[in-house]
Amino acid sequence: MTAPHKSLLDVEEMEINFGPQHPATHGVLRVKMKLDGEKIMEAKPVIGYLHRGTEKLFETMDFPQCIPHTDRMDYVAAATNNQGFCVTMEKLLGITIPPRAAYIRMMLAEMQRLASHLVWLATHAVDIGAITPFFYTFRERDAILDLFEEYCGARLTLNTMKIGGVPFELPDGWLDRCSELVDGFNAHIDEYENLLTENRIWKKRTIGVGVVSAEEAIEWGLTGPPLRGSGVKWDIRKIFPYDRYDEIDFEVPIGETGDTYDRYVVRIEEMRQSVRIIRQCLDRLPDGPHMARVPKVLRVKEAGMVYGSVEAPKGELGYFIVAGEKATAPYRCRVRPPSFVNLQALPMMVEGHLVADLVAVIGTLDIVLGEIDR
Amino acid sequence: MTEFLTSPLMTYIGIPLIKGVVMLAVMLLTMAYLTFAERKILSYMQARIGPNRVGPKGWLQPIADGLKLFVKEDLIPGRAERFIFVLAPMLIFAPAILVWAVIPWGENFTIAGVETTPFLADINIAVLFVLAISSVGVYGLILGGWASNNKFSLMGGLRSAAQMISYEIPLGFSVVAVLLMSGTLSLVGIVEAQRDAGLWFVFPGILAFGIFFICGIAENNRNPFDLPEAEAELVAGFHTEYSGMKFAMFYLAEYINMMVVSSLAVIFFFGGWLRPFPNVEALAFLDLIPPFFWFYGKMLGFIFLYIWFRGTFPRYRFDQLMQVGWKWLLPLSLANVALVALGVLLLKG
Repeated sequence: MTAPHKSLLDVEEMEINFGPQHPATHGVLRVKMKLDGEKIMEAKPVIGYLHRGTEKLFETMDFPQCIPHTDRMDYVAAATNNQGFCVTMEKLLGITIPPRAAYIRMMLAEMQRLASHLVWLATHAVDIGAITPFFYTFRERDAILDLFEEYCGARLTLNTMKIGGVPFELPDGWLDRCSELVDGFNAHIDEYENLLTENRIWKKRTIGVGVVSAEEAIEWGLTGPPLRGSGVKWDIRKIFPYDRYDEIDFEVPIGETGDTYDRYVVRIEEMRQSVRIIRQCLDRLPDGPHMARVPKVLRVKEAGMVYGSVEAPKGELGYFIVAGEKATAPYRCRVRPPSFVNLQALPMMVEGHLVADLVAVIGTLDIVLGEIDR
Repeated sequence: MTEFLTSPLMTYIGIPLIKGVVMLAVMLLTMAYLTFAERKILSYMQARIGPNRVGPKGWLQPIADGLKLFVKEDLIPGRAERFIFVLAPMLIFAPAILVWAVIPWGENFTIAGVETTPFLADINIAVLFVLAISSVGVYGLILGGWASNNKFSLMGGLRSAAQMISYEIPLGFSVVAVLLMSGTLSLVGIVEAQRDAGLWFVFPGILAFGIFFICGIAENNRNPFDLPEAEAELVAGFHTEYSGMKFAMFYLAEYINMMVVSSLAVIFFFGGWLRPFPNVEALAFLDLIPPFFWFYGKMLGFIFLYIWFRGTFPRYRFDQLMQVGWKWLLPLSLANVALVALGVLLLKG
């Protein structure tokens, strides 16, 4: 970083407020910047515009009542939020869920990952100036949301998992429709790639932008695609398998240089892997109950604390829950939202670059303010 | 009747006035429907339907848009520099219209026994006139961005200034190649030179055409060079603070400029109003289509390219744009001028 220089012209840095009402900040992020021409000398993300006190709310409700509130954190990936909370609570309560429930969960979670990545691709591409992929990705996302709607009645805030399993049996014909979607999905991904992957301008805008080395990524605590894009093979689904991910065969794609293009490639490949996972789940879906036998009122046997995490589309989504003896509600529930941690790296990634890179980097970090502010 | 029509009053005032009105009407109507065409074509490219509510199949949409902009409240930000803020849209709109005075739409034709030219003026330095007038438009962008008293607008204005200046140079040089081939600065003369040569200039001047069209897109601030208004970064850039008819003027000017660049490309490289292969007798049946429609059709073809680009490309970054302009297009266009000059020298002696 060069210090603000005093030249003959005596130029002053321009202070500029990027957001919170700005289309490229993916919500209500505000970035306070100092600019030298188009060059960013300093960038400070300011958050809190979407704070809803979710963690405090958790303390006032029974464990199952917390789940709808998790929907509202990362609102483009509600299913994985549910999954994270349920997995953690099952750890605390010592519940094992039936295999069918685990498989349905994995399917829902992977479909959610697809939906989330589609939103990421759409907004990322629009930020960089390509408007067309937006419409293609939303077409497919709608098909996924239709399936969600058929399953649980909601499209966005799904509330689709329960502690001990999933709330409903799959509706008739759902598997066929899901199978149809999954079979055609890779062709759709090819379509997006046709528009972007080898596009010279796309490459120019993304290669070498927002570079994070593997060491830096680990030091900053990045998770998810921003970490894997830097070449670190770290995926909660592989490292600490939850549900039945250990029975599923899939790859963890990684990048090399850790730039925006690598993260793009990683996410595209993740979509293909998600398709693979859903395919396997569909093929192997076991019979049996969709809920474990759990008491009506969930009560913690002895006081304790637990940390559980899942691989959400944006990175490691962790819940740290403390509960007293015979408690029916968390004493404290701290959420580790991936976007919040990933966003920390923003100043490092953009300082010294140009304004146009800022939107590319915000896009590539794939942040959701609902989850950052909670 | 003929006597009246050939009287000095009519020749110098009446007929040009009528032609001006007709041309303005054709141009503005084309422009209005270009916005519609752009929205429709883009929507088909993007797997959606596009405007289809106003009128049959949405055909009245441009009129509804125009009406909306007319009756909209016209806001001027409190801290804006009022005079310049009002002046800027005019500064960009007027040159865009003015350029059309010298652009020929077809061959001379006869109405009521009077031979008429399908353009307002065939001045012998038309090319210079076009380049000079169209570069006035950049003042509109800079002043508009500055007068808004908005940092994002200011950045948009600065970007456009830098962009237009750096792309005007290769643009100029690519036109020089055409001038070398045609030996005239008159737009009518350039088309006639292509007829005499029996060859569209795009064939010997393919490189010049490429440079011209790329620079033209950059001059118009269209995707992939739409940085001054980059909605993701600058939130519309220089016209963020404009509303109502003032905004419409920016918008109209953009489309008219698209038409200007397309028509210039047609005139310089694609034989203006001439049919393909103007000297091949076997294709004479193509003359059934009047020259005006040849011209118009070719122009629309280029405008389709613009829309296609918008549906396909991401946007360049500011420094990359400068790189493309100064490091690639400028040397290329210079080399092209030398090449064409050599060719002309060898072939024409």
